[in-house]
Amino acid sequence: MIYLQLFWEFFKTGLFAVGGGMATVPFLYDISARRGWFTEAQLADMIAVADSTPGPIGVNMATYVGYTSAGFFGSLIATLALVLPSVIVVLIVAKILQAFKENFYVKSAFFALRPASTGLIAAAGCTVAAISVLNIPLFRETGAILDILNIPALILAAVLLVLTNIKPVKKLHPVFFIVFSAVVGIVFKFGA
Amino acid sequence: MKELIRMFLTFARIGGLTFGGGYAMLPMLQREVVEKHKWATEEELMDYYAIGQCTPGVIAVNTATFVGRSKRGIPGAIFATAGVIFPSFVIISIIAAVLANFADIPAVQYAFAGIRVCVCVLIFNAVVKLFKKSVVDAVSGIIFLGVLLVSVIFDVTPIIIVPIAAVVGIAVQVWRCKKK
Repeated sequence: MIYLQLFWEFFKTGLFAVGGGMATVPFLYDISARRGWFTEAQLADMIAVADSTPGPIGVNMATYVGYTSAGFFGSLIATLALVLPSVIVVLIVAKILQAFKENFYVKSAFFALRPASTGLIAAAGCTVAAISVLNIPLFRETGAILDILNIPALILAAVLLVLTNIKPVKKLHPVFFIVFSAVVGIVFKFGA
Repeated sequence: MKELIRMFLTFARIGGLTFGGGYAMLPMLQREVVEKHKWATEEELMDYYAIGQCTPGVIAVNTATFVGRSKRGIPGAIFATAGVIFPSFVIISIIAAVLANFADIPAVQYAFAGIRVCVCVLIFNAVVKLFKKSVVDAVSGIIFLGVLLVSVIFDVTPIIIVPIAAVVGIAVQVWRCKKK
């Protein structure tokens, strides 16, 4: 029963993904690895779409992953399951707002949860890097160490890294960089 | 009921007009929730927002639930939350349905191969930003590195890592307090 499984996986994601935005991404890579509902490459594409459309990234991701896994009802169930734990937690915490904010144990837990969440997102970034700027299948085939590098992709990555961090351009919305990369990908036939 | 629907519509507008989620949403929340509808004061909103980051889940959703609840109880929480996720749901469902039909075209595949490189860079930039805020001393640096290595090398599920990190955080801070 894929709907029940979707609900359970996204409920866990909503409960454990801390820190907003990209925090859901490592959980989705985990789901991809265990359930096989979608591939790592598909997930990277979904991140691009979620980041260039309006709305919270986590919610966008849940809707998209749910749709890819099980169609319209899949997206409905995944989205509801993702927000359900936060709604429950917030309703409980709202009653003890000040006490919660000042609580020693909550603060202490978050002292470690923040860097842990950053580490998880970095690990998910490595997974994306492995399928975008590296060419592991070719390396396995030829055994030549230089073949592991996807040179055109690495050049694009370097250009994007500069563009997204220099003053006038970096304020642009991510969608500009995503469209730019799509055009580069088509012109130079990336992944062909 | 009228106010509940207004809440739904207001949060739908907030969800549908902000790109990038979480942090990008704050100015819009201030304008709509504080200035226009007066559902919360500036201080209350900042409080909700701060606590939204200290509770699990999507920050924008948490803030919507807080505001909805404080004004109209549980029905308010439900309407505000439903509002903030509604636009994402509609927009993404349409895109997912459309893109699924074009996925086999070579040009689309080339485009997404390029886009994946961009996603890689966007995640890297997000990590750098989060790193500056979350890694504040040696212990948090070790936690960051440890989690990164454990998940890359041993492929441990984040569902196990997150509760362990919470326990480690509490243990470290209790120990630090005792040492003083």
